[in-house]
Amino acid sequence: MTVSATGETVLPPFPVPRPASCPLQMAPEYGEWVAQEGLERTVLADGTPVWAVNRYADIKEALADERLSADGRNPNMPGPGTGPDGTPSFPRMDDPEHNRIRRMFTKDFTVKRIEAMRPGIQKMADDLLDTMTAKEGPADLVQEYALPLPSLVISLLLGVPYDDHEFFQNHTMLVLRSGVSKEEMMGSRRAMFSYLLDLVERKEREPADDLLSRLAQEQILTGQLRREEAVVSASALLVAGHETTANMIALSTLALLQHPDLLARIRDTDDPKVVANAVEELLRYLTIVHSNVFRVATEDLTLSGTRIKAGEAVSMNLPAGNWDPAYTTDPGTFDLDRDTRGHLAFGYGTHQCVGQQLARAELQIALPTLLRRLPELSLAVPAEELTFRNDMIVYGLYSLPVTW
Amino acid sequence: MHVVLDEPKCVASGQCVMAAPDVFDQRDEDGIAILLNENPGDELHAGVREAAAICPAAAILLAEK
Ligand code: HEM
Ligand code: SF4
Repeated sequence: MTVSATGETVLPPFPVPRPASCPLQMAPEYGEWVAQEGLERTVLADGTPVWAVNRYADIKEALADERLSADGRNPNMPGPGTGPDGTPSFPRMDDPEHNRIRRMFTKDFTVKRIEAMRPGIQKMADDLLDTMTAKEGPADLVQEYALPLPSLVISLLLGVPYDDHEFFQNHTMLVLRSGVSKEEMMGSRRAMFSYLLDLVERKEREPADDLLSRLAQEQILTGQLRREEAVVSASALLVAGHETTANMIALSTLALLQHPDLLARIRDTDDPKVVANAVEELLRYLTIVHSNVFRVATEDLTLSGTRIKAGEAVSMNLPAGNWDPAYTTDPGTFDLDRDTRGHLAFGYGTHQCVGQQLARAELQIALPTLLRRLPELSLAVPAEELTFRNDMIVYGLYSLPVTW
Repeated sequence: MHVVLDEPKCVASGQCVMAAPDVFDQRDEDGIAILLNENPGDELHAGVREAAAICPAAAILLAEK
């Protein structure tokens, strides 16, 4: 907490922007918050005060505590908690309702199902690089590779025509920007909602081999799930499914370009375990979900020695937790040999990321493929000119101009 | 070592399958964990302990003998 010139206390913002001088590092404030017991009183971009939970152990405790609710219908839940008709997606529900609906989606994200998708993902990655390198460089790696790859994958998996990608990519950007007005954000959410509503209706009549068709046939037409419930959750999956991985691909590429020795190890290894651990370390080191993991207290409780009153909002500071020296030593170093088990990049508890196995497969394919096919890859602009997504729910790069 | 899976708690993260593929699998219909071996041999203990430690739902319980 700081005191302004007029003597009022000014709450620190959440999330605190990463330092402009080292945009891959955490805000130095996070180190201070983790060093002491207790939660930090902070304020979101829209002025809502929230308690930031910063320590690794405190985040795990909070995400396992049933008195901290994810219910989007709670008026104290920051951000839009429900779809346009008042129905929340399953990420914004509590158990047992949450788990009932989550289990309708998890079928398509098991370790086995994702393994089977690997050859298809590899082909998409190769095709995108063929297209990018057929032109003269430089190119924007975000637009040519990092964003289209996960966008193609999630569209195929859900059964959303990729031809409509401009529409849903644009609306996803707006939904995930922390600074936009509530009206603008609701406009985008409504547009996505009615688009998906039409699509799901079509899948009820003409099923294909995809997640939305299966949901339509097995859950909606059998009365297990209302169409609006299916659509608001599918929309959450569409948004979460491409922006997160896209930002991880771009930001990881930058991190590797800044560590040529580590880049060479990933490029030259034929050991999938080395690549897998590198991806886990990138997930931990970069922790791109730096906001939006909100919960609301349903009763008074004490966490990390801080008293939280019923109705107050709490925000998990996942970057701080993954950089807590009590979790891992020398957390600010990007280290391919680190024991990365138990990192919090995908959250913890009953809401831990549904798409984590898919995200792992995409990253384990996208990064080595890029490095092997373009061994001369380098930045096309000075690093100081890159613009970072401090104002988005998911951290990352707006663009990454590269040559090869 | 005796392993117990608290199935209703499982959230189908797949983390146990990654950590100990000889002991855990996932159901095809909804990704919920299945226990393949309740009494895994010594060579599997490290993986099972890891699975229990990282399971996001604390659904894997171990009784060490
Ligand atoms: C590197 C990529 C990714 C990261 C870092 C990430 C991170 C996260 C985090 C931190 C949460 C927990 C949110 C909370 O507790 O409130 C989460 C939940 C979720 N993620 Fe991901 N995610 C990624 C990729 C994906 C992909 C590819 C998909 C979809 C296919 C996806 C779908 C979801 C969904 C639906 C939830 C909500 C789960 C629930 O509430 O039960 N994510 N993710
Ligand atoms: S790690 Fe836990 S939550 Fe994840 S699949 Fe295994 S038992 Fe279920």
